[in-house]
Amino acid sequence: MAKRSVWSDNRFWQRTAAWITGFASVLLIWLTFDTSAQISMGTDADIQNGVTKRVPGPTVINYKITYEMNKKRQHEIPVIGGMNAEGTSAFQEKEKFFGRDDWSEQEAGELLHLGKLASQTKNCMNCHTLLGNGAYYAPDLTKAWLDPAWGPEGSMMGMTSKETKEEAMAEFLQNPSQYPTHARMMPNLGITAEEAKGLVAFLKHMATIDTNGFPRNFGKIQGAVNGK
Amino acid sequence: MANSYLKSESKKLATWYFTVAATLFGAQLLFGLVAAIQYVMPGFLFEILDFSVARMLHINALVVWMVFAMFGSVYWLLPDETGIETVGIGMGKLLFWVFTAAVTVVVLVYLFIQVGPADETSIWFIHEGREYIEAPRWADLGITVVALGFVANLFMTGMKGNRSGIVTVLMADMIAFAGLYLTGMFYTDNISVDQFWWWWVIHLWVEATWEVFVGAIAAYGLITMIGAHRKVVEMWLWIEVSMLFGSGILGLGHHYFWIGTPEYWWEIGALFSALEPLPLVAMFIHVLYDWGKMQGEEDAKGQEISVITNKPAFTWFVLNAFGNFLGAGIWGFFHTLPQVNLYTHGTQFTSAHGHLAFFGAYATILVGMMYLAVQGKNGIKVLNNTKSTVWATSMIVGGVVGMTVALTIAGYSDVIISRAQMGATWAGYFDAQGTTWLVQGMVWRLLMGVVTFVGFLFLAKDLLSIGKATHHVR
Repeated sequence: MAKRSVWSDNRFWQRTAAWITGFASVLLIWLTFDTSAQISMGTDADIQNGVTKRVPGPTVINYKITYEMNKKRQHEIPVIGGMNAEGTSAFQEKEKFFGRDDWSEQEAGELLHLGKLASQTKNCMNCHTLLGNGAYYAPDLTKAWLDPAWGPEGSMMGMTSKETKEEAMAEFLQNPSQYPTHARMMPNLGITAEEAKGLVAFLKHMATIDTNGFPRNFGKIQGAVNGK
Repeated sequence: MANSYLKSESKKLATWYFTVAATLFGAQLLFGLVAAIQYVMPGFLFEILDFSVARMLHINALVVWMVFAMFGSVYWLLPDETGIETVGIGMGKLLFWVFTAAVTVVVLVYLFIQVGPADETSIWFIHEGREYIEAPRWADLGITVVALGFVANLFMTGMKGNRSGIVTVLMADMIAFAGLYLTGMFYTDNISVDQFWWWWVIHLWVEATWEVFVGAIAAYGLITMIGAHRKVVEMWLWIEVSMLFGSGILGLGHHYFWIGTPEYWWEIGALFSALEPLPLVAMFIHVLYDWGKMQGEEDAKGQEISVITNKPAFTWFVLNAFGNFLGAGIWGFFHTLPQVNLYTHGTQFTSAHGHLAFFGAYATILVGMMYLAVQGKNGIKVLNNTKSTVWATSMIVGGVVGMTVALTIAGYSDVIISRAQMGATWAGYFDAQGTTWLVQGMVWRLLMGVVTFVGFLFLAKDLLSIGKATHHVR
């Protein structure tokens, strides 16, 4: 039999395919264990002990949330309860959420559960983008809680005649087509008062997730297009 | 069917799958048009059939028609590859009806109920609100049963009959395809965990198992349509599998840049997703190389006849080689590196990539398989183009490429204004949406969508009538 090159041997390529696939799969599974541990949701005890988690516990809704440039990581990170000397969360400054800053772990958890469920059952993702995934027909909601439009200088509190950001958001969610903010309007999805509260808690919680600096420069540039 | 030349029950079942697939393809385009009109005229069907519902139907019809056509393709090629009739064909037929009925119910619920209260009943019976895999949980369980039945048929037939390389690849691939669906079937309050596993379904389907499936189908097509040598084709196939799984599995990392997952995914995602276009280049070369080689052998005999026994199908297979490389490869690579992706993901740019990639990589080859089925069903030796074939192909390809270019231009406006200049706020978002580039891009996308849809009408007409044309070699 004539000598055959290994490069034209199907058995060789079949084994190569099996080994490469196996290797990639094993590596993926190993990384998945590590990532799963890092993205598991934190608890109220973590917050009390000043432990920063990539996905904090639901009681973050009791705290003031900001999005600050971190010198070490060279991108913005969510900061919970004010910034300490290292530029990370100080877990000190509280902020009332629907009139309270003492939501217990269970209460806050239930609110987040309702909100996450509502975000799915109301099909938010087929117009909006969440963590950058979804549709592009309406704004990205990843850091919606921190959006200047809902802040003291934004238009939404005035338009909805509400005193606070969370009340303005909840009001808008319940009656979106009454507050036309753009020609591309949000339809009425039959969101109840309780569901709206949950959704706002979900949005506030999502703003605290460490997204490695996405979106970049969020809310930091005012009037850039028409500015100098 | 009375005039069918098909002796094989498996191939008959395949034609059923292709019929439903083609119908859902039409539905996909129809709801895509509704969504495209809403970009240009936001008041269109407002609070009747909102964008969210139109888009959900658009993308779900896409996924489901492709799955139907994939199942059909496997049932079509199994008797040829294994040399025996598919085992468990009765179960296959029963599951076909279960699947079709379930899809019909799901679509009707999407259309007429749309949203429910924020509790588990909505998740079980309306939809799960998770892009691409919105199917309610009862349907999830049903789809799992259908997929398991399909995989069982494939394995029983593969074990009993002559197991070719193509069948071996499909057996491994389809079990991974079915298994991965399970990772998207649970509920969690933690959206980072939610998205982490969601990508296991979406990415590992589309950029791993579906691509390998395409490799196997392309190999089968080359053997059937131009008489390519099995050994050469299967060698290419194994090389492609190595490259596709080698890059695609860890390429998953490019979806883990910004969803709350650790920073090491930047490097892993960047490296492996940058490698992802390579197998697509290989698939491109593979198809053209084999075609040239077989035609060259024929020409050397001094006979000037084409080696292609099914002109429309082969056209779609060649379009697949181009489309997969362009849409998935080039358009994907454009925005895969984290430095760029930080600004481009979640913009119209993603949408441009999505349109060309799904079309180029999957729609093309599955339409090709439909033409192979038409040929077999009508007992034709050489299937030639009709005028409708040419119109259908040109208009669909032209339309999709046009949409892609329009969305790419719109995407630049989105990226530069909304993301880079305005820091991704709501005000920045709407500033970008109002620019001439984006507005005109959306108008062109709609026009090109209409062209695509008219092309689909030609395609439907052609698939139904081409078998009766008289200019084929019988």
